[in-house]
Amino acid sequence: MSSVRQVLAAGLDALNRPRPSAWHRNPHGSEFAWAIAFVVPYAAVFFAFVVYPTASALWMARDPALYRELIASPLYAQTVVNTALFVGLGVNVKMFLALMLSGFFMRRRWWVKATLPVFMLPWALPAIPAFVSFHWMLIGEEGLVDGLLSALFGIQGPLWLNDRGLALGSNIVAYIWKWMPFWTLTFYAGRTAIPQEIYEAAAVDGATGARRFTHVVLPLLGNLYLVCTLLSTLWTIGDFTTVSLVSEGAPAYSTDVLATLGFHYAFDAARPSLGVAAVMSALPVLIPIAIILMCALQTRKVQL
Amino acid sequence: MSTITAEARLTSSRTASRALRAVRRRHHLETAGTLLLSVVLIVWTIVPIYNMVMISLEPEGDVFTDHIWPRVWSIESFWGVLTQGHWYLEHFWHQFANSIYMGAMVTILTLTIGTLTSFSIGRMRIRYGWLVSNAALLTYVIPASFLAIPFYRIMQNYGLANNLWSVIAALVAFATPYAFFVFQEYGRSIPIEVDESARIDGASPIQIYLRIYLPLMAPALVAVGTYAMLLAWNEYLYQFLLLSSKSSMTVPPPVAIYYAFRRRMTAGLTMGGVKG
Repeated sequence: MSSVRQVLAAGLDALNRPRPSAWHRNPHGSEFAWAIAFVVPYAAVFFAFVVYPTASALWMARDPALYRELIASPLYAQTVVNTALFVGLGVNVKMFLALMLSGFFMRRRWWVKATLPVFMLPWALPAIPAFVSFHWMLIGEEGLVDGLLSALFGIQGPLWLNDRGLALGSNIVAYIWKWMPFWTLTFYAGRTAIPQEIYEAAAVDGATGARRFTHVVLPLLGNLYLVCTLLSTLWTIGDFTTVSLVSEGAPAYSTDVLATLGFHYAFDAARPSLGVAAVMSALPVLIPIAIILMCALQTRKVQL
Repeated sequence: MSTITAEARLTSSRTASRALRAVRRRHHLETAGTLLLSVVLIVWTIVPIYNMVMISLEPEGDVFTDHIWPRVWSIESFWGVLTQGHWYLEHFWHQFANSIYMGAMVTILTLTIGTLTSFSIGRMRIRYGWLVSNAALLTYVIPASFLAIPFYRIMQNYGLANNLWSVIAALVAFATPYAFFVFQEYGRSIPIEVDESARIDGASPIQIYLRIYLPLMAPALVAVGTYAMLLAWNEYLYQFLLLSSKSSMTVPPPVAIYYAFRRRMTAGLTMGGVKG
């Protein structure tokens, strides 16, 4: 495996070499004014639409009594469990399948190449009609899923959205359907970026098939996989669309996640502060994930 | 002697044919396996899309589909949408235009703000520039949907309630950190000497930005532009929350543009990954 390591080390050295600026050291005078002017638009957007709303959210949710009320509420406890299941199962199953499928799409058969554009469709479709379609597919005996079950196997299908477990599962499946293509494409791009010489060197050293996967692909894609999983976890904890359109929180708010519960509190129960407190209670999970993500990004081996 | 050689030759040819048969069997297995997986993936992808198309082709009042084919094929629904023939759809074309406008604005603003900032940080090396790009990443610590409630209040303070620009502003704020990331990674592949020689020839920073930086960044611009547009199309909560009057609502537009850009988009993603 030493040949592989040499190739890798050379590549990383080239990456880490410091690069000089055209404006030796830092820009001065009118050029400095330009450099500042170029940053101003983003700074304005950042303060007006990121810092101010965040500060406002923290201010709205500052009262400890709100959190006592949340902890006492069985609905909140159930929602936390739902969110953990939705994120834990949804993200990990999706990322693992995406990693495996990216390997499948590397195969040079024409039918594999023809499948890729079809497989990418869910990503290209807007989320709203896609999730509404899932909702209609699952509503009771008239939906397509139960229609197919009775037409093909003569089974009477369950009422998918009337059972907490089934409805939760439906949300997760719809979520995986929509977002797996994007991550498959990301891992596919990562795999194509591995130089062919590395595979050849590994093959000479006797690593093919499963051993190639564990000894070559995994070490090279490991950091990319970690970063993508963390990023996807951050995005999924805040996912509102899937649950609000597929199960609509049914039956009786029992499949709500934090984002939809916060929304119900704020706009249906007219208690915006309680809604903000409900979503802000995810911060102890979000902040460590974000810190690990930043550390992983600093290692400079990752590309999206 | 000759019999021994002949025997050896026979055995070796037997081994070879056995090995060949094993290779061929593995080849057939691979063919069968990849074919099967392709079919499974296509069915998995198509079923919800098929359902969506079928519902739109059903005659009105027959939304629930206990049968697998529509009894009567009807383009009545599409006609109704296009002619705004239902009270719920009376602003369809207006809303469609809103969607296009919003997608375009989010894309243009994300690209403009993203490249300007990346140029200043990555090429001009402004002091404390790293602070800006790290602060930008903080945007992802709190998911956008968690800020929806304060956003709703703030937009009223800004006088942007029920205004398309409230959604555009929110989406640009959430799309730019990813844009910085891609632009800075891609920018590393453009030699700084290009900027240097332009500067010696007397080009001002804005000229270098417009004439050198932007053209060289084209593949990254396509990748980020597609990302921003798809973000705008997939957004639901902010549009649902911030736009309540019918004339400012949007509808999700078609997917044709994605297919036009798909090849370049994949190329852009791959280019970001050259250093793997």
